[in-house]
Amino acid sequence: MRNTKLVTLEEAIRRSGLKDGMTISFHHHFRGGDKVVNMVVDKLAQMGFKDLKLAASSLSDVHAPLIGHIMNGVITGISTSGLRGTLADAISHGLMKEPVVFRSHGGRGSAIANGELKIDVAFLGASSSDELGNACGYSRSENAKSICGSLGYALPDARYAAHVVVITDDLVPYPNMPMSIHAADVESVVVVDSVGDSSKIAAGAIRDSKNPRDILLAKQAAKVIINSGLFVDGFSIQTGTGGASLAAVKYIREEMVNRGIKASFALGGITAHMVKLHEEGLIGKLIDVQSFDKVAAESIKNDPSHQEVSAVEYASGQHLGSATHALDIVILSALEVDTHFNVNVLVGSDGIIRGAIGGHQDTAADSALSIIVCPLLRGRIPCVVPKVTTLITPGSSVDVVVTEYGIAVNPARPEIKERLLSAGLNVVDINALADKASSIIGKPDPLPFGDKVVGIVMNRDGSVLDKIMNIQA
Amino acid sequence: MKEAVAGTLESGDIMIKIGPGEGLDIELQSSVAAQFGRQIKAVITETLEGLGIKDAHVEAVDKGALDCTIRARVTAAAVRATGKDVWKD
Repeated sequence: MRNTKLVTLEEAIRRSGLKDGMTISFHHHFRGGDKVVNMVVDKLAQMGFKDLKLAASSLSDVHAPLIGHIMNGVITGISTSGLRGTLADAISHGLMKEPVVFRSHGGRGSAIANGELKIDVAFLGASSSDELGNACGYSRSENAKSICGSLGYALPDARYAAHVVVITDDLVPYPNMPMSIHAADVESVVVVDSVGDSSKIAAGAIRDSKNPRDILLAKQAAKVIINSGLFVDGFSIQTGTGGASLAAVKYIREEMVNRGIKASFALGGITAHMVKLHEEGLIGKLIDVQSFDKVAAESIKNDPSHQEVSAVEYASGQHLGSATHALDIVILSALEVDTHFNVNVLVGSDGIIRGAIGGHQDTAADSALSIIVCPLLRGRIPCVVPKVTTLITPGSSVDVVVTEYGIAVNPARPEIKERLLSAGLNVVDINALADKASSIIGKPDPLPFGDKVVGIVMNRDGSVLDKIMNIQA
Repeated sequence: MKEAVAGTLESGDIMIKIGPGEGLDIELQSSVAAQFGRQIKAVITETLEGLGIKDAHVEAVDKGALDCTIRARVTAAAVRATGKDVWKD
């Protein structure tokens, strides 16, 4: 028979040699629309597997069915960039015996490349594949059902996993070119009805903010960038997905047009905002590890100067060629920042896991200027605090914190502080921000943490940064 | 005293329902209960005592309201429940 790769999911699993105790991996490019994780783990449970370690690039609300598979012993270990929803809630309360290991996107890429995170079988959803496994996050065929754009987080898995199964809902004629995942890395191809819901790719973090506070924060962040000394022709930029950080792009664009400045590249999760600037000629290249919306996904399909990169090429701290090393400016959000500029983006102020490390550690560490944008308070929850609930990004890699009550600059960056002061910006001491927050809300009672470790936060170099304890409320 | 309500379930607000009771009895549901439950109950108690109310059953559903909001909602609910307008003159 000419092709022996095309099989059912069950046959692909059998063929992979998967055994109890082994590690399976998944990517999260379908975000809230992902169907692959639940489909595969349901099948593994049905086939009687136990004690599997799940290494996902991230997990979200849609993966709540994993709770059942953890309770019945099918899944006994998880590593991921983040957790959200009821799964995160259950794990925060102590669902698992083994703590979840949290890595940044660059940290996960490094760990896979250097063998610290060994993947036995990767199950990689793709929007198109040919029968040999050349696969992409989009499809050029008329039968295209789903589109996620970049498959950047899946590429380390495709390259380094011992066995790779591509799962697609659009089998296209050979050769599916240009391809993201290469046939040479793929052992089996499985065709299913649907791998994911494209309409939900942009669900979750991405929103276009009309909130006046977000707009105020965005304007301040844009002013920081414009006056940072790094806003010169050929600069490079990455923005996170918070409302304020997306809105900031609009104000930066205006000033780029006014001054006739162009950016050499934009990096990271690419959004429609960045695609627009690129198409206007204001940004030369787009380097895309994850397409955050349909516009970005279509762009990576059609535009040769919109380049897909793997998580390793994007943000590995152990590969000097990674793109973050060339990054000038990054705008990031935060759940909490403390008076030592440490940032938490993973654990809510109620002690429950509700976020993801993403590229936060990687971009903050490698960029020339990292700017955290967050309000002073969210309701009664303070965002500038004496000490973060969980340490995710060390203060040594955070340069500026923008709040609606003022802009704090890391004392390690006096030259940035000088430039912002001479531009007339409201530069304040980070301690004054924490004091202001506490004067409005009072002193919070300590969180009722238990003595069980439910999560381990890794730094991007593979060292342990912090532990997350179970919450008892 | 009759039963009365003030406030909404919007983020940053608190909904206060006051009715007849013996002593001050506060049932609080809050998105920030672990860290601020004690403070929120204290603000409700102080506000009611300031209005001379010592007997009431209070149900509070908090969505992260600040103290000033809590005082305003408790006062409004108390005025509606007692019919005694504290804002006059």
